[in-house]
Amino acid sequence: MTTLNKKSKTGRYIAILCLLLVYVLAYLMDNVLPATSFTLMLVPVLKKGAIYSLLCVSMNLLNGFTGLFSLGQAGFMLIGGYTYAALTIPAAQHDAVYQYFDGGAIKFSIPEILSGFLGNSLGTILGVIITLIIAGLFAAIFAALIGFPVLRLKSDYLAIATLGFAEIIRAFFQWEGLGVITNGSNLLRKYTSFADIELTIGGTTIELGTLFLFVIVTLCIAVIVLLINSSYGRALKSIRDDEVAAEAMGINLFKHKMISFIISSFFAGVGGALLAMFQTTIQASAFKSAMTYEILLMVVIGGIGSVSGSCIASFLYIACSEWWLRFLDSGSLFGLVNVPFFRDGFRKVVFSVVIMIIVLFFSKGIMGDKEISFKGIGGLINRIKNKKKKAVTAAANAGSEEGEAK
Amino acid sequence: MAKKIIALLLAVCLIASFCACSGGSKTGDTIYIGVYEPQSGSNGAGGKQEILGMQYANSLVNTVEVGGKTYKVELVIADNESSTDKAISAATQLVSKKCSVVLGSYGSSVAIAAGDTFANAKLPAIGVTCTNPAVTDGNDYYFRICFLDPFQGTVLANYAYDQLGAKTVYCIGELGNDYDQGLINYFKEAGEALGMTIITESFPSDNSDFTSYLTNAKNQNADVIFAPCSISYAQLIIEQCSTQGINTPIVAPDTWDSNVILNAAKGTDLNINVTTFFAEGGNPEFESGLKAWINGDSKNLANNGGDDTISAVTVMGYDAYNVALAAIKAAGTTDTAKIRDAIASLKTTGITGDISFNEIGDANRNAAYIKNANTETGAWDFVAVQGVA
Amino acid sequence: MSDFISANLPYLLAGISTGGQYALIAIGYTMVYGILRLINFAHGDVFMVAGLVMVYVSASFGPYVAIPVVIIATMALGFIIERAAYKPLRSAPRMSVMISAIGVSYLLQNCALYFTGGLPQIYPAIPFLAKSVTIFGATTKLVTLITPVLTIVLVILLMLLINHTKMGMAMRAVSKDFETSQLMGIKINNVISITFIIGCFLAAIGSMLYFSNYTSVIPTSGGMPGLKAFVAAVFGGIGSIPGAVIGAFIIGICENIIKGLGLTEFSDAFTFVLLIIILVVKPTGIFGEKATDKV
Repeated sequence: MTTLNKKSKTGRYIAILCLLLVYVLAYLMDNVLPATSFTLMLVPVLKKGAIYSLLCVSMNLLNGFTGLFSLGQAGFMLIGGYTYAALTIPAAQHDAVYQYFDGGAIKFSIPEILSGFLGNSLGTILGVIITLIIAGLFAAIFAALIGFPVLRLKSDYLAIATLGFAEIIRAFFQWEGLGVITNGSNLLRKYTSFADIELTIGGTTIELGTLFLFVIVTLCIAVIVLLINSSYGRALKSIRDDEVAAEAMGINLFKHKMISFIISSFFAGVGGALLAMFQTTIQASAFKSAMTYEILLMVVIGGIGSVSGSCIASFLYIACSEWWLRFLDSGSLFGLVNVPFFRDGFRKVVFSVVIMIIVLFFSKGIMGDKEISFKGIGGLINRIKNKKKKAVTAAANAGSEEGEAK
Repeated sequence: MAKKIIALLLAVCLIASFCACSGGSKTGDTIYIGVYEPQSGSNGAGGKQEILGMQYANSLVNTVEVGGKTYKVELVIADNESSTDKAISAATQLVSKKCSVVLGSYGSSVAIAAGDTFANAKLPAIGVTCTNPAVTDGNDYYFRICFLDPFQGTVLANYAYDQLGAKTVYCIGELGNDYDQGLINYFKEAGEALGMTIITESFPSDNSDFTSYLTNAKNQNADVIFAPCSISYAQLIIEQCSTQGINTPIVAPDTWDSNVILNAAKGTDLNINVTTFFAEGGNPEFESGLKAWINGDSKNLANNGGDDTISAVTVMGYDAYNVALAAIKAAGTTDTAKIRDAIASLKTTGITGDISFNEIGDANRNAAYIKNANTETGAWDFVAVQGVA
Repeated sequence: MSDFISANLPYLLAGISTGGQYALIAIGYTMVYGILRLINFAHGDVFMVAGLVMVYVSASFGPYVAIPVVIIATMALGFIIERAAYKPLRSAPRMSVMISAIGVSYLLQNCALYFTGGLPQIYPAIPFLAKSVTIFGATTKLVTLITPVLTIVLVILLMLLINHTKMGMAMRAVSKDFETSQLMGIKINNVISITFIIGCFLAAIGSMLYFSNYTSVIPTSGGMPGLKAFVAAVFGGIGSIPGAVIGAFIIGICENIIKGLGLTEFSDAFTFVLLIIILVVKPTGIFGEKATDKV
């Protein structure tokens, strides 16, 4: 969401301000917001949009910045989601959840153990953070394992091989033989979700679920942005633009591809875990290749190679598909007219036509490979300030315009 | 230029759709009943038949008197696409539409996935045919009017053992589908207790080639095939059984009680037995009314699979609607928490028998109807009412 | 011995039959890839649409009218998809074209969902295919036996077309070098269109054989067969037609043997394991030409 740019002070302040504003709004959403039919839809859509932002950015790191066309996202999300869920089911609930597997093999819950030392609310929060990291690590370890054979393949072969791996992972997670951990074909539930993240101070309970989610997502995206802007990021971009030239410049192709693949998978795992928290239940059968395609389409809509584009696109996509366009299924427009071809499924047809239009005619997506730059916004504000003071010097103007152009 | 115009049009569409959903003010004289059902995905066919029952009930009685005021009752339908990752947003949509009570869903996993959303909103939900124990377990706001998987699995195992004389049963279910795997698990428990040999195998989602599975069943000398899978797979299994000349008796749970199965089985020499909630012929007046209603609208007819055979899920949907209405009436308010209490203490009689709920929220049911597919007439023959001793 | 045959023959028959159906889809993949270097993700969905067209047309006009209608409609669909979704992106990066293919697949599936209303459609019985026959004590549909024969006949015809006609020569030229063949006066757009039309013709035939055996059409019916057919194409060496056919038969038979061994959970996963093994060991497939690309 933010390209923190060290050179412009105004830009940095605006970035921090925006971030704080988002956090305050997230806090208000949980605690103050009245439950109207509008806000009831808004909050889950924003939550899911935030999770998908992270997933899109992690996919963009691989597809947009490194030029590796991988379609294994759903598999890594599945690993992350299941790792998180299996490690946070409260011990008392194990018998109910693993109803066919004698309470399962994992008999503990990380947030619960920590709650024993740190008190309920703090222990839960810390436990969830630790488990999220473990979830990401599991996905990353797996990525490292399959990276060895797969990353040597060329673009389309890589796509089909990663897609294949995602399918294999799904088959394994549904296998009854692993049922003591994965619960076989049955869903995992009762684990710690956003609703459990709260702080109790002196008898009053503050809900922190949405704020927690936004903090985690912005942190993760910030890490990815820092990586992209680092020397590693520049190496990745050079691999995308020309592998041969990059290799000639002394960049170790395999090593850099591997770094990108592992980091992307780590955040896909964290994203999968967050998605599991959001859904409150998780079932392997939902993590089909269609899920990967959905994320890929979001990345394309936002612009391949743009972090801010991915974020904007994922919020728009989730809002459209799960909220704004639902009226197309209901058989009426504006609650007035009965349109005969508005029946269930029409929403998806319209949606896919729009996607095709974007893919064909606006192949750069919303942002292309540009970013929303706070430096640019900062420059704009500076200029307005200067105009007000009527002390416009040519130099200042040129400087701010340059900022805008970026 | 053309690109700009398209971009502009897209933006206008987006804004228009945004207005469309935030607009539409509601009058205060309507009570909304949420219908949380799959209309697409692997359970789409079953979900549609269940909705038919609710719509029929709604067409008969669409008003309710609460506190001396007559309210209009309207159904709000949300499609959960048979998928747990779409469950939350479909459920939230019903919460945001201010529904007083929710009915559904066909398929237990989506019901479990939405359970927390309903409970947090203090919105009572009445499961119609979701038979997995986990639906109501630990959820004060989820009720159900059907029997449970442990019961159904045991009934089916008993039936296979007693009536079909089975020694070896081949169980086949969809991989990753908790309904299938849950029932197989209970069937296995009950069957092994009776001394039967139980072989279990799973097929991946979207599989359509069952010949190898059926050959496995044949080669392992199975006397009975138990196939608790959704209708679209069931149809393929029947078709491939008949072309391969395998006429091992099939036992199946409530999902198979559908005219799709009858159509597929017609003209074959298969012996298909299902447990279900309702047997046609018990209440002629209700049945003829429902049939006339289904035949009266081509859309209903299409949703019912093209003919007017009554599925048990449709009747269950009808009963669920009436339970909801009775609860709203008994609560005497539109306050959802009060309606929840009213459901918990409700005693009523529906088409499928007496309905009341135990402390977990499950219906007190101890009998299942067993039906046999008549392959000549293409109708269900009633066999027996079976309970668990 | 005869017991052994009648017990295990069904696996082999099922394998050969599914293999033949995969083969007909795989040829479409391999030809398109050979010329455009594009994984046409929408090909499996074209196959599904052919099935749905059959359901609707034969409900009104009977199966004999429906067969030519389905073939023509599917070929037209392939032509339209190529012109609308791939041609505008001819100079775009390969990733964009692949994304466009995923978009088309998404669109076709959603349209199918809308028209069928999410209900599975029962495929009509094509009289001469749906008959039951018994060989060596194993009963099966006639289509199981017809499939491999028809597949091989069609492949021979296709090979004749490619090796001995002017159009076939143009196809080979385009797949060797896109730009040079353009300079030689080959109308590459026509060649590409014809490639898509041939691929879709075979998919239409494949869908008739496939759905006669597995008589239920749902919007996602095309997904798995499509993916497996692609794996078959890679296995045999992408761009090579005999390779795709042999790959398809190997995958079809292996898959059914895996099921017969009781590892039923992994029958789909196995296909992908096979894919990954072949990609790692011999990325060009069994019959693939040596890669001339950089990298």
